[in-house]
Amino acid sequence: MKLLQLLPEAPPAHALALALNAGICFGLVARSALEPLQGKTVSLEASDLGTRVRVAYDGNRFKAYAGSAPTDLTIRSSASGFLALALRREDPDTLFFTRRLVMTGDTDLGLVVKNVLDAIDWSRLPLPRF
Amino acid sequence: MELVCPAGSLPALKAAVDNGADWVYLGLRDETNARNFAGLNFDQAALAAGLAYAHARHRKVLLALNTYPQAATWARWTQAVDLAAARGVDAIIVADLGLLDYAHRRHPQLELHLSVQGSATSHEAINFYHERFGVRRAVLPRVLSLAQVENVVRQTPVEIEVFGFGGLCVMVEGRCALSAYACGDSPNTMGACSPGRAVRWEETPAGLESRLNGVLIDRYAPGERAAYPTLCKGRFEAEGATYYAIEEPASLNTIELLPEFLRIGVRAVKIEGRQRSPAYVAQVTRVWRQAIDAARPGSGRLAPRAGWIAELDRHAEGSQHTLGAFSRPWK
Repeated sequence: MKLLQLLPEAPPAHALALALNAGICFGLVARSALEPLQGKTVSLEASDLGTRVRVAYDGNRFKAYAGSAPTDLTIRSSASGFLALALRREDPDTLFFTRRLVMTGDTDLGLVVKNVLDAIDWSRLPLPRF
Repeated sequence: MELVCPAGSLPALKAAVDNGADWVYLGLRDETNARNFAGLNFDQAALAAGLAYAHARHRKVLLALNTYPQAATWARWTQAVDLAAARGVDAIIVADLGLLDYAHRRHPQLELHLSVQGSATSHEAINFYHERFGVRRAVLPRVLSLAQVENVVRQTPVEIEVFGFGGLCVMVEGRCALSAYACGDSPNTMGACSPGRAVRWEETPAGLESRLNGVLIDRYAPGERAAYPTLCKGRFEAEGATYYAIEEPASLNTIELLPEFLRIGVRAVKIEGRQRSPAYVAQVTRVWRQAIDAARPGSGRLAPRAGWIAELDRHAEGSQHTLGAFSRPWK
């Protein structure tokens, strides 16, 4: 078993939820765009690390999800795949065609997540660029 | 020759402009366009920001209104035409005859492009759209050979735009009923081929399965290249064999034909992919800008620079490319 699998899932899930909530706070993500996610749970799984991060959206904010029910949407890739997506270096369809990303569960939710992230205009972030 | 690039979001529009698109085409967040997917496309604020960004850099913006209105929803499409005219969109891409008529009468100054969904393949049809509605440009369906494209260009005053790169439909654009057959909703009226609500991916012991409204489209062995879950690119059992019985997943890539497009007077090349992310738009636009700038009319086939084809193939469905109908000997 890999070391990461022994670590609790909660801290990265809290971090992701915090980052997503910050995105809403700064106006980078419109709440209206997230409406289809209300009451839904999403799992991001890094298959190479054997680890996952699960979050839930209550219509207002994201929080870590630790329930036993399967998530509504699961996106599975490698750690480098997620990093490339986060840095906008890769297109998710490109990763999917080459089997480096798979999405199971509610496909429409997956499209919402992908398209909401794509629509974030980072140039509007009121912070120094890094 | 102009480069026409797709955008499903404001960052994608900026990526297209920054990497050398002459035109960027986009859609609104409803069924008035043929990429009506959850969370994709432009609301009014994003449209205003996109227009400002493109116009400040002397690029043009096209609004795709390329689906077919129904009697009950007619006003949604005409309101979109009015919005385009009011906001200073440079041209609209339209397929429906009634909507072309509306736009021509109500906004005679608004430039009209005939959508690929209009399925006009002859100069007679294209000239009709020109004479009746003042259509300035027509996007040719991906069904014509190069010789047939040349024949059309020669016999029409309408600017001709062809597809250069991206996902391919089977040869019935604007009239395809395959997705509707499985899902009930027509892409031509609802704006989505294989809508997300009907698509399910499932990892099974036999491989990754894609289903459209329960219909098994394909099953991929581990490591096997995957494709969009469309009926036209599925593997089916036919007469005892299981294979791509309609069409293989592949992307169109006509980069080597650019000198020929220039020679015969093609006005613009279009990149498919409003559903793709800003990373795709940036990378594909950059390669095509370089290729168009390097091409000289009638100089034979363009020898692609190192890296161009590999860069484009990375993004291709099925990770392979084809010249499609362009390479056919049809006349």
